[in-house]
Amino acid sequence: MIWNEHAECMPREDLEALQLRRLQELVVRVYHNVPFYRKKLQAVGYEPGDITSLKDIEELPFTTKQDLRDNYPFDMFAVPMSEVVRVHASSGTTGKPTVVGYTRRDLDIWAEVTARCLYMANTDRKGVIQIAYGYGLFTGGLGLHYGAEKVGASVIPMSGGNTEKQLMLMEDFGSTTLACTPSYALHLVESLEKSGKDRSKFKLKYGIFGAEPWSERMRKQIEDRWGIKAYDIYGLSEIMGPGVACDCDVRNGLHINEDHFYPEIIHPETGAALPRGEKGELVFTTFTKEAFPLIRYRTRDITTLHDEPCACGRTTVRMEKITGRSDDMIIVRGVNVFPTQVESVLLEFGETAPHYQLIVEREGTLDKLTIEVELSPALFSDTVTELSHLERRIFHRVDSVLGISADIKLVEPFSIPRSEGKSKRVIDKRVL
Amino acid sequence: MIKQISLFLENKKGRLAHVCRAMGEEGINIRALSIADSTDFGVLRLIVDDPQKAEAQLKERGFLVTITDVIGIKVADRPGGLAAALDLLETADVSVEYMYAFLGKCGDRAMVILRLNDAAKGLEVLKRYGIEIMEESEAYNF
Ligand SMILES: [Zn+2]
Repeated sequence: MIWNEHAECMPREDLEALQLRRLQELVVRVYHNVPFYRKKLQAVGYEPGDITSLKDIEELPFTTKQDLRDNYPFDMFAVPMSEVVRVHASSGTTGKPTVVGYTRRDLDIWAEVTARCLYMANTDRKGVIQIAYGYGLFTGGLGLHYGAEKVGASVIPMSGGNTEKQLMLMEDFGSTTLACTPSYALHLVESLEKSGKDRSKFKLKYGIFGAEPWSERMRKQIEDRWGIKAYDIYGLSEIMGPGVACDCDVRNGLHINEDHFYPEIIHPETGAALPRGEKGELVFTTFTKEAFPLIRYRTRDITTLHDEPCACGRTTVRMEKITGRSDDMIIVRGVNVFPTQVESVLLEFGETAPHYQLIVEREGTLDKLTIEVELSPALFSDTVTELSHLERRIFHRVDSVLGISADIKLVEPFSIPRSEGKSKRVIDKRVL
Repeated sequence: MIKQISLFLENKKGRLAHVCRAMGEEGINIRALSIADSTDFGVLRLIVDDPQKAEAQLKERGFLVTITDVIGIKVADRPGGLAAALDLLETADVSVEYMYAFLGKCGDRAMVILRLNDAAKGLEVLKRYGIEIMEESEAYNF
């Protein structure tokens, strides 16, 4: 199902012409309305009107999360507050949240792009969608909500939590689509299995999951245990919220709603634009957002873009599932290493990834990477030979997946320090 | 089969003492033990008088513990006594993954713990040729 064939299946030349026009308008708009951008553009010698091709975007300065913090709360808005009809905020790990604003038209476009994603996930007016994303300052709940109303689905605005009630209403109301984070989808199915309820009384067929990175293996787990098809929806509140991209039934990446959000891939260290097909940091420019436009916003998410035609008929560019965050990236002996890659290797050895930690040291002039892995009951065997064999198997998988040889060290459970339930993934002891 | 406690230990100072102290605090008696180690870690194996309690208490203290089934045999305490039993297993193509002895002996018999790759077959062979097998209770209350 395609919600907006005109926009999603446009020939690429037409799409690029539309993007150029929108980029030119955007640069003019922010230059005149946002002092922050005017200063930044002037600093690199840019005047509105200098943009004559899409490639010129590569000359524009980046916008970072720090810029948003520095302009807290509303200084990056491009319209007066009287035009702003909604604000959302994402909780920062430290201090003040990141605030985003929407005009009436922004909300319409948000509903439009989310509607496209819901159609990719087979949810239309016949669907009953249970939205278990949080409603409130977080963009997840309300973001999905208006998209779901736009496609005409029956919306159950549950918000997050209250698992027992979620399951009761899911059964009683006959929800066909579930929208929430992938980890909550797993939690729900675990509770369902424990409750002794009869799965065949549920009508659930599809899930649209996002707001946190998840692996293909996790997708398979959700699909097998729930007996549904699971789709990956991507978005971040700075750009819009959910609805920036979603994967179709072909499953070869997430279609980006490119007429509104322009993606680029850059080298996370040098900032250089990278050609299609190369892996790097995802950067977005919002073409049409009125209240809170962003130019070349660094998402810190690591992925690869593909623009060969998709079998579903859409012509929009596809991004691979997010494989890591550039914040966490370390370079060891010239190789980019993401903790999430290590995690995916470890997942091959058991149902859930054990806790692990990467330790980088410098011995003489050489970097040395040690991966400490907490041994779990499932991996424990009581002969040293087998445990050493396990270490060697992990070593070989890390070597072939990451292209780096690392010392694998099995450690006792709970020996890797945790902060707020999450363990610190990387310890860099190098003195450079 | 005798229930053996198997514990994963990093080669760090004080870990072994911690285990022994925990057993002492809970009034659990250690009957036999062995340690196998590599450069980074070791596996500690214990025969105790109350394996279930020992497992629960060690888990509560955050140790990685499992219970492994092992066989105990009694062999003549003289040169070649153990060799006879091992020869039987070898002939039957049953391999010994590891073994260790009890401290002290029972009459004129030495007590040995065996972990075999095929316990059922091993037991059958040992019994057939008259090797004395330890009862579970004998191992715990030795
Ligand atoms: Zn597609």
